[in-house]
Amino acid sequence: MNVLVFADSFNGAIVKSALEATSYGAKIAADTGGSATVVTYGNVSDSDLNLIAEHGISKILKCTSVSDMDPQQLARLAESAAKDSGAELVIFSHDYTGKSVAPITAARLKAGLVSGAIHYPSTSGDFTVRKAVFSGKAFADVKITTATKVISLLPNSVGKTKSGGSASVSDFNPDLGAKSVTVKEFKAKGGEGINLTEAELVVSAGRGLKGPENWGMIEELAKELGAATACSRPVADIGWRPHHEHVGQTGIAIRPNLYIAVGISGAIQHLAGVNGSKVIVVVNTDPEAPFFKAADYGIVGDAFQVVPKLIEAAKQFKASQA
Amino acid sequence: MNILVCISKAPDTTSKITFKDGNTKFNEDGVQFIVNPYDEWYALVRALEMKEAGGGKVTIISVGGADYEPIMRKALAIGADDAVRVDVLANDAYQVAAEIANYASSNSFDMILCGKETIDYNGSNVGGMIAGILDKPFVSNASKLDVSGSTASISRDKQGGTEVLDVSLPAVISCAKGMAEQRIPNMRGIMAARTKPLTVVAGSGASATTETVAFTLPDAKGAVKLIDPENAGELINLLHNEAKVI
Ligand SMILES: Cc1cc2nc3c(=O)[nH]c(=O)nc-3n(C[C@H](O)[C@H](O)[C@H](O)COP(=O)(O)OP(=O)(O)OC[C@H]3O[C@@H](n4cnc5c(N)ncnc54)[C@H](O)[C@@H]3O)c2cc1C
Ligand SMILES: Nc1ncnc2c1ncn2[C@@H]1O[C@H](COP(=O)(O)O)[C@@H](O)[C@H]1O
Repeated sequence: MNVLVFADSFNGAIVKSALEATSYGAKIAADTGGSATVVTYGNVSDSDLNLIAEHGISKILKCTSVSDMDPQQLARLAESAAKDSGAELVIFSHDYTGKSVAPITAARLKAGLVSGAIHYPSTSGDFTVRKAVFSGKAFADVKITTATKVISLLPNSVGKTKSGGSASVSDFNPDLGAKSVTVKEFKAKGGEGINLTEAELVVSAGRGLKGPENWGMIEELAKELGAATACSRPVADIGWRPHHEHVGQTGIAIRPNLYIAVGISGAIQHLAGVNGSKVIVVVNTDPEAPFFKAADYGIVGDAFQVVPKLIEAAKQFKASQA
Repeated sequence: MNILVCISKAPDTTSKITFKDGNTKFNEDGVQFIVNPYDEWYALVRALEMKEAGGGKVTIISVGGADYEPIMRKALAIGADDAVRVDVLANDAYQVAAEIANYASSNSFDMILCGKETIDYNGSNVGGMIAGILDKPFVSNASKLDVSGSTASISRDKQGGTEVLDVSLPAVISCAKGMAEQRIPNMRGIMAARTKPLTVVAGSGASATTETVAFTLPDAKGAVKLIDPENAGELINLLHNEAKVI
């Protein structure tokens, strides 16, 4: 089947989750004997267009008439690109941009949408794709019954696959209608560069750390591992940590390869945001803490003794890899 | 200003998740249902605050069977003026969105507010689909919302930060944490809710575009591997050599 991938960018740089969506779309097209096209927006650099090509794409449609994340215009762009490329399947990443644009696109294309897919679709027989539901407590296999189909892929669900290759790039500036939003200002979150939703490694801490002044060791461990930092909700609520670090039911949901939880009890609402993680490590003084039931590795001990040891070991590990 | 707030019901966060009918349906036996938190805490409360400041009316809408009425009464108790239930057992987000869009297009609203997602099927689909069907602007994951005249000024969460933007009304806005503070209904609200109008309307016949064929539960985790705290550094080796995540 012919596949269109919508690749998100920020200030002209293609985001990592877009490369995952690209690899995903390229593989589905290859497996089903179709072709895969990527549509970009904003002033994407040539080197980033190359990067897309290296992830298995031979045709790129480059739209430069929109650079803001304007959901209505971007949905029109995705719709036009789908029609132009004869796509039966349109792929988004299930991130902020995808959550804004994919449902509008699906409605415009009268296409069924499965959001937050975590696997490749099954295409022999019915077209079904798996997603996580009930905050990761179960999976659903969902069949799309319309001719045109839309999937948004949960970040960190399938890897990026670099296969080399080059792509033809065509300018693609269809009528996108009037702007629907006027962007006034972007306030960057600040802090270290690793984006929590995209991070492969995450170090997180909770109330067990006693106070904001003790986060230095968490940040240091994260830095040594190349990880992002996260926290439990009460810690964000009392202002020890910024709100964007709050993971869980009411915060953001993440599924990194490694989630290290320090001084977090493991309440069900916290687990809801992290139980898609591949490997979970729990450090807690209380052997009865519920988090241990969800953990792969556990250390029953005091964070103030354990974390410095982990930092030391991470430093040695880094040196041994250099 | 007339505001339509989309209210969905969701299982209480501590519910045990099981399935029935050959793993094709969520087993609701013994499950306590709540108003989806994003709809209640953020969309509804912010709508009420805007009405209190500038006048107008807050209508809630749910697409679902009679089992929706208790949570709709709760939304009325918190302060919504009236409620509409579209009597359709929807099979997917598109069907819900089509019914809400259909109702909204024959009644005039300045804003349609919904939650950023339902906590059961975790879709984040309904709001964008309503906007797509009505061809109106859509802003998702809004954490701040103020209106002056026919323009809404919104902060929305985005990769890497927050964006401040303006959008012309009418628009569809999905609401996230930060927009308002949860309100607990008081006795007067609960009494008043009993007599507030809850109108049941028939559906428009929109059909679903997807169908859940099977649910599965994740494999149970193996037992946790404990590491001696004195020798905590061993964890780093295990993460590299055994789990292969670093
Ligand atoms: C509707 C609802 C939604 C919610 N949403 C979220 C959400 O999105 N995210 C979220 O995180 N929570 C959420 N919560 C709150 C959740 O229920 C828990 O209250 C919260 O996760 C607890 O945070 P915590 O683990 O940091 O703190 P605590 O539960 O207080 O746990 C602290 C832990 O630290 C351990 N500890 C103490 N000292 C040390 C030490 N020196 N070294 C190591 N360990 C130590 C303790 O043994 C304890 O297990 C929600 C609650 C509700 C009702
Ligand atoms: N059955 C429903 N009736 C009314 N509103 C709904 C319904 N389902 C979802 N919504 C609204 O759409 C939002 C997003 O839902 P979802 O797309 O399922 O994640 C919810 O937060 C609600 O505001």
